[in-house]
Amino acid sequence: MFTSFGKYILLLRLSFKRPEKFKVYWAEVMREMVSVGIGSLGIIAIISVFIGAATTIQVAFQLASPLVPLSIAGKISRDSNILEFSPTISSLVLAGRVGSNFASQIGTMRVTEQIDALEIMGVNAPGYLISPKIIAGVSMVPVLVIMSICLGITGGYIACLAGSEITPADYVAGVVDGFDGLTIRVALVKAVVFGFLIASICSYQGFYTSGGALEVGQSATRGVVYSCVMILFADLVITRLML
Amino acid sequence: MIEVKDIYKTFGENEVLKGISATFQTGKNNLIIGGSGSGKTTMLKCIVGLHEPTKGQVFFEGENFTEMDFEQRVPIRTQIGMLFQNSALFDSMTVEENIMFPLNLFTTQSISEKRDRANFCLERVNLKGRNKLYPSELSGGMKKRVGIARAISMEPKFLFVDEPNSGLDPKTSILIDELIADLTIEYNMTTVVVTHDMNSVMGIGDHIIFLHQGQKWWEGSNKEIAHTDNQELNDFVFASKFMQAAKGKL
Repeated sequence: MFTSFGKYILLLRLSFKRPEKFKVYWAEVMREMVSVGIGSLGIIAIISVFIGAATTIQVAFQLASPLVPLSIAGKISRDSNILEFSPTISSLVLAGRVGSNFASQIGTMRVTEQIDALEIMGVNAPGYLISPKIIAGVSMVPVLVIMSICLGITGGYIACLAGSEITPADYVAGVVDGFDGLTIRVALVKAVVFGFLIASICSYQGFYTSGGALEVGQSATRGVVYSCVMILFADLVITRLML
Repeated sequence: MIEVKDIYKTFGENEVLKGISATFQTGKNNLIIGGSGSGKTTMLKCIVGLHEPTKGQVFFEGENFTEMDFEQRVPIRTQIGMLFQNSALFDSMTVEENIMFPLNLFTTQSISEKRDRANFCLERVNLKGRNKLYPSELSGGMKKRVGIARAISMEPKFLFVDEPNSGLDPKTSILIDELIADLTIEYNMTTVVVTHDMNSVMGIGDHIIFLHQGQKWWEGSNKEIAHTDNQELNDFVFASKFMQAAKGKL
């Protein structure tokens, strides 16, 4: 475990060495940002709307008491979306979509000698392959999380329109009541950290793949599992530190 | 010229190379031959720095490559072209982008100059007009030729070729061998080819090293190889019925 962690740190160090030519690297960063950002929009939109709707219905159901104002359900749903569902669930889904893609892409390049070809040319392979992915992860996951928060709250509103547990007016009153900017800051910190973890862990797994197609699949699976575990661990740490 | 001095390479308990020394001359096709598991590819990877030798040194034009770090090796690496066994073309790039890739990173040429160079290289390997194809759209022989075009795009001093004939039909194999031999003369390169194809050995083997069980077993040229009394080399060279039949005529 310590050997792997040491290799991971050394790989990160190599990844952020000065690029041979900034322009070529910048093109890669843009390509990865489109892949991570635009490529994940659909899945993030779908899960955000459904989770937002389901959360609102469940909270309203649990608060079905004449002593508690129903607008509270909107407030709880909002904060749950901002603090937990949007950053964490979205990142877990992104680990599956983006992380497995990173690991299998780099792993395939390794087993087909494309990484060797880069090294023979004198290219810093970790820098060329991994740093654009980390930059894309760190910059695009927060954007996706912000979008997820908006869609999650919208999902809650749609659930109110379609159901009878809570009126849309009560929901909106709850959503705008007592908003604290700290929750958004926490969500963004989580998003940046989770983006880094997904990109770096999955790239590491891909980079040290050896063997053939079977091992590429195993690397992708390991990358997703390890990044999911680390996302949950980091979620706890950030929550403990910031709230 | 490339000099290899007393190279050892060990993977765990397994000693793959056991003290190999060799000199590869400029302008010649230097072949490393041997059976499967004899250490040919490991030796090639030790020479180009993809594996670090456990012991021993590699010199490129008198410069000790083994003792250099990654940054120090870059100027030498930009003079190296390599064709991999499976071509190792970048899947996400077109043929033209593959050839232009080293030019983009290591030259200050304009786009049109780089495109001209890519067209020249493609023409040189008889693939004119295939610029916009992706590697997945190419046959095995075409991939090898694009690999060669990429390898020569920077006008290298050293060309390394790993199993150029694997997976190719005999006719295409001969074309690839002839292309390598022609380019070696054209660019006055030091070419090192790893192969176990006897057609290549007899066709382009100016200087041949035979590896057996991780050691240099024999060294000579394609004119001498058929007349040696080295038992292991004879077993290797005349393994096929075709070569046995041709033995008297060589």
